[in-house]
Order: sequence, then structure tokens, then C-alpha cells
Amino acid sequence: MNKIYANANEAIKDITDGAVIMLGGFGLCGIPENCITALVKKGVKQLTCISNNAGVDDFGIGLLLQQKQVKKMISSYVGENAEFERQLLSGELEVELIPQGTLATRCMAAGYGMPAIYTPAGVGTEVAIGKETREFNGKEYLMEYAFDAEFAIVKAWKGDADGNLIYKETARNFNPLMAMAGKITIAEVEELVPAGALDPNQIHTPGIYVHRIFEGKNYEKRIEQRTVRKQ
Amino acid sequence: MALTKEQIAQRIAQELQDGFYVNLGIGIPTLVANYIPEGIDVVLQSENGLLGMGPFPEEGKEDADLINAGKQTITTVPGSAFFDSALSFGMIRAGKVDLTVLGAMEVSDNGNIANWKIPGKMVKGMGGAMDLVASAKNIIVAMMHTNPKGESKLLPNCTLPLTGKHCVKKVVTELAVLDITPEGFRLLERAPGVTVDEIKAKTAGKLIAEGDIPEMKFN
Repeated sequence: MNKIYANANEAIKDITDGAVIMLGGFGLCGIPENCITALVKKGVKQLTCISNNAGVDDFGIGLLLQQKQVKKMISSYVGENAEFERQLLSGELEVELIPQGTLATRCMAAGYGMPAIYTPAGVGTEVAIGKETREFNGKEYLMEYAFDAEFAIVKAWKGDADGNLIYKETARNFNPLMAMAGKITIAEVEELVPAGALDPNQIHTPGIYVHRIFEGKNYEKRIEQRTVRKQ
Repeated sequence: MALTKEQIAQRIAQELQDGFYVNLGIGIPTLVANYIPEGIDVVLQSENGLLGMGPFPEEGKEDADLINAGKQTITTVPGSAFFDSALSFGMIRAGKVDLTVLGAMEVSDNGNIANWKIPGKMVKGMGGAMDLVASAKNIIVAMMHTNPKGESKLLPNCTLPLTGKHCVKKVVTELAVLDITPEGFRLLERAPGVTVDEIKAKTAGKLIAEGDIPEMKFN
């Protein structure tokens, strides 16, 4: 068994036009920078991207949007990206906005082998249109399906040769959930170590969920809203 | 005098109780963290995966891997914990978060809230707001009483797409503190120097103002 790939270009080699891919991260925090760059370089088109946000104009998924590689975005919040809004209002881009907790839990359900979940989020709103509802203990819930994605691309802090992953701080966010949900999961890590070098007590994503892993390079880790304490 | 945004936050902070787990939304709600009363412990939850959010970092100590739901650089306090987004909304859905404070474009007198979309104009998304309002035990809305055109944001019915139904419990604006009751908005307090008549004039939804309405108090 060898899960180790040389770099992002090798790891995403078989992602083709029209693929459905999940991308981890919250805002620009914990996004798979190397793989996004590789997808831009490869020029794959007509992608459906499942990701909480859509990056900013010149970073993150925004880079894929700039090259018009995205057909559809499935996200909870896209307010940071002017190019995104332009493509959306002009009809070039299809968008499905779903509540953040629903997005997270639909990933989780896929990784847990559950076909659907019930959530109260969106009851009585346009999110509920066309969805099956059910009452439990006097409260109404929406049925939401588990995601079905060919590829999940995640970013972790540390990983080992067996694909076990550890995330750092709030860069964890959607990464472990999407890692569980992909038919093929690609993990880029800041530090790749031999099997046995990570403490099994500290693993966030067990390697069974991870098919490909590589050590990323040149992380920019751009900060979206740099805020500091007033002196 | 109408309250400043800081004073709205200060008034909402008076609702905090010792041991509360609190989720603060973006905008005025974020400011509530600056006015947590002395002598009580409150744990701030950030829905991107943190319990125990601390203040902004000192200059030069910003950490790109440590942000809040508004994507701002932050710090942690002793006793904090990180987790993934499903667990974060799990604790929200399970009712573990005691209080949610968020902003709104419109609130109706039966507790409906709209704050995520203006059809044809603004499509940013709901983020975690729909999950929060569907499950939080106690929801306080922090907002201005009227929009920039001077139109009331406290309505008989929301005109914008809803974020949630029958969920808001209390509204704090620059003019008033109001509870949402089965009968409509109930005026509890008014900003210092603001008259009941002014609040009535600026509230389009059903308003109940009985007896002497006290002024808000600030320390």
C-alpha cells in the first residue's frame, strides 16, 4: 500500500472535466492551497465544488472562478468574492446555498454511511422548498441527503504515510468531514511523517478515509480579516 | 438619545449570566464580548470550531489558522477547545448553546427573522444563521430600529426571504428593548431620552407599551 504522492499535480491527475469535488476550509483558513493551484494549472472545467465559501477574488476557490472552471458552487456563504457575485448574477455560475450546519452534517453523514439526516435548519424558509419534512416530538425537521462526491480535497497540519491526519486550531473546520465523505480523498499536509510518528491518541482523521497524501509546499496562509487588539 | 452600536452591545451584555455558552454573530453582536459583566464567566462559541474565543491578538501575533466565524484573527482563552464544523453545529442543534446574538434586516412581531438575502441585490448566503435560529434556546437580535431609508425593521411580517420562523425572543435596538410575545412586540425599556411615542412611530409591527416604560440603565 502506498498512499504517498509526490505533489499536488500527481495527486489530482485523474480529476477530469465535470467532476464533483469537495474542498475543505473555512474562508481562507485551512484550504488546500497546493491542490487548488494544481487544478488551475490542469485547467479542468465544469467542476461542481462543495465548499463552505468560495474564496476571495484572487485566492482560494476564487482562482478557479477567475478561470471559469466552476459550473456549480454548493456553499453556505459566498459574500467575500466579487467575481463570484458577478458570475452568479449574470447566470454563468450555478449556486446552491445551504445552511452551514446542514453542509457540515451532509458531509458527516456520507462519512458515517448514513443516507440522510434530519435538521430543523431552514424549516419555514425557501431552503425547505421541495424537501421531505417530518415531525419529531412536536418539532418539524427537513430531510437532507448525504453528499455524494467523487473527490474530497483537504488540508491538514500533519499526516503520516498511512493517511492519518491531525489538523491545527480552527483550520480543522470542514476538513475532517470532507475527508470522510469523498470516494477518493486527497490530503495535503504541512508535514508528512512516517507511520508511527504521530500519537494515535491525537489522530483526527483515521487513515482509512484517506487515499492519497502529499507534503504541500509554499503555504501562503493568507489572512482574510487581519484584526489586532487596540493598544 | 439613541444608543450607539457600542451601547446596544453593552445593553445586550446585561443579559449574560454566569456559565452561559454564547454565540455572537457578525457586526454589533461581536461587540458584546467587550462588555461581559465582571464576576461572571461566559464561554464564547465560534461556529467555525472553537469554544473559548479570546480577544483579538496583539500586533504581530496573528495566526492564520486561528480565526472566528467572521474570518477575523483571534486568540483563545485558557480552557478552550477546537472541533470540526459538524460537532460545532451539533452542539448548537442539541441546545447546548445558551444564547445566540445576531443581526437582522427584518424581524416580525411573531418572532420571524430575515437576514440572509435581498432578492436580485444581495446573495451572500445564510452561513450558520439558519442553523442557529432553528435551534438556539434564546435568540436576541441586535439591530437598528429602522433601515437607512428610515423604514421600520420591526414589521408585522418580514418582506425578505426568512432565515427562521418564530424564533426571536428579544430585540435590542438603538431606541428600545423589546420582548417578542404571542401578542407582539412588548416594549420593556427605552433608550435614555427616547419617548414611547417615537418608538411607536418607528415600529410597524404590533407594539404593546403598558404602564411606565423605564429607561435603560448603563454602568
